[in-house]
Amino acid sequence: MERGASRLLEAVASATASALEEAETTLPADVLGAIEGALERERNPIARTQIENILENVRYAGEHALPICQDTGVPVVYLTLPPTVPFTPELREAVAEGVRRATVAVPLRPNVVDPLTRQNTGDNTGGGMPAVHVTPGDDLTITVLPKGAGAENCSRIAMLLPSQVGSVARFATETVLLAGGKPCPPVVLGIGIGSTFDGAAARAKEALLLSIDTMTPYEQEICDAVNALCIGPMGLGGDVTALAVKVRQGHCHTASLPVAVNVQCWAHRRATRRVAV
Amino acid sequence: MIHLTTPLGDEVLSLRAGDAVTLSGTVYTARDEAHLRMMEDGIPFDPRGAAVYHCGPVIADGRVVAAGPTTSARMNDLSGFLLDAGVRALIGKGGMGPAVREGLSGRGVYLAFTGGCAALAAARMRLVGVYYEDLGMAEAVWQIELDHLPLIVGIDACGGDLFADVGQEAKIHFEQRFNT
Repeated sequence: MERGASRLLEAVASATASALEEAETTLPADVLGAIEGALERERNPIARTQIENILENVRYAGEHALPICQDTGVPVVYLTLPPTVPFTPELREAVAEGVRRATVAVPLRPNVVDPLTRQNTGDNTGGGMPAVHVTPGDDLTITVLPKGAGAENCSRIAMLLPSQVGSVARFATETVLLAGGKPCPPVVLGIGIGSTFDGAAARAKEALLLSIDTMTPYEQEICDAVNALCIGPMGLGGDVTALAVKVRQGHCHTASLPVAVNVQCWAHRRATRRVAV
Repeated sequence: MIHLTTPLGDEVLSLRAGDAVTLSGTVYTARDEAHLRMMEDGIPFDPRGAAVYHCGPVIADGRVVAAGPTTSARMNDLSGFLLDAGVRALIGKGGMGPAVREGLSGRGVYLAFTGGCAALAAARMRLVGVYYEDLGMAEAVWQIELDHLPLIVGIDACGGDLFADVGQEAKIHFEQRFNT
């Protein structure tokens, strides 16, 4: 029994490291497809050079197993756990061990610091890092979403009034307007609508886990509004400012309308591993 | 395509926002912490004609593994002393503020490299040396030799600012859609 438990923890650490390595050096097919689609419809010549650089960079990074971006981000990890696997401190530590291994193996830039002293922990783990989110599921799966700071820093949350339901698109578009070229557009927006102050932010990031192959009419409407700004790739002007907008919502207090916009750069990195239990 | 080589001289004055250039020669990486240290202790390299790259690279085994640009706007209030000392080019992503645009006037340019293109950049770089290594990998000043890094002139020496122009247009588009 004890041996089985330690085998599972080792499998979790190994799968976390492996998922991070994939996420840092390759792009998911839906994201790569969206960038290729952006090159097809972009008409601005400077913007086209930026998208061509991005595609060449992704190709080169993949061929040489190098990080796509030097901001290898901070690790955000989503676990689904079956009823037979409890979320224990040991399981959490196994995920952190996977992060430490990937930091050396890929290698990743050590990005995690104390918020006030700015002292670097050196291994991308620390208090609350990696951020681990757990939901019940049929299988044990580990999804990593390394999050860079350029885009994360441009994210915003608002407590709108219930009468401002029509203003969600305005708030999201304004977020991109204020961000300009800083978050490395073309961006993907994860929008969380409803729940509570903290719940909206969590949903905004969870929305980034959804495939960007398709958009609902509501997501498309917000995406069109963002693209009409013509900020373009890297803020140098152009037709494609957003690759996609994804929305995740939750119910909320009758007096509330929390809205969070989590900005994600074009290097929308994520990877999933399933661990046999 | 215009080819530039460090140390940079008056040739940068004739560049215009939107021009495509390549840069070869030496660049020095610097982020927030390095700027603060240089303001206090002095610039550890010869700033005349130099190019400063806003970048926190991944370095391993004495080579540049990944080195795309970081957000330049964080250095908006930290760049004046570099330009005063003769630095001719700031390189980064996302553009910089009005104070930097004024600081570059008649002296230098801001060059934009495609954010996130860290592997592509590293393929055109050779690591030469380092200052302030105690600041850590991301914040140290790395001396890097470039081989034709492709860049766009974002801000020129005549007040031309592509990012500001795009931002102003975006603001107009936003007002038209949401404030009518």
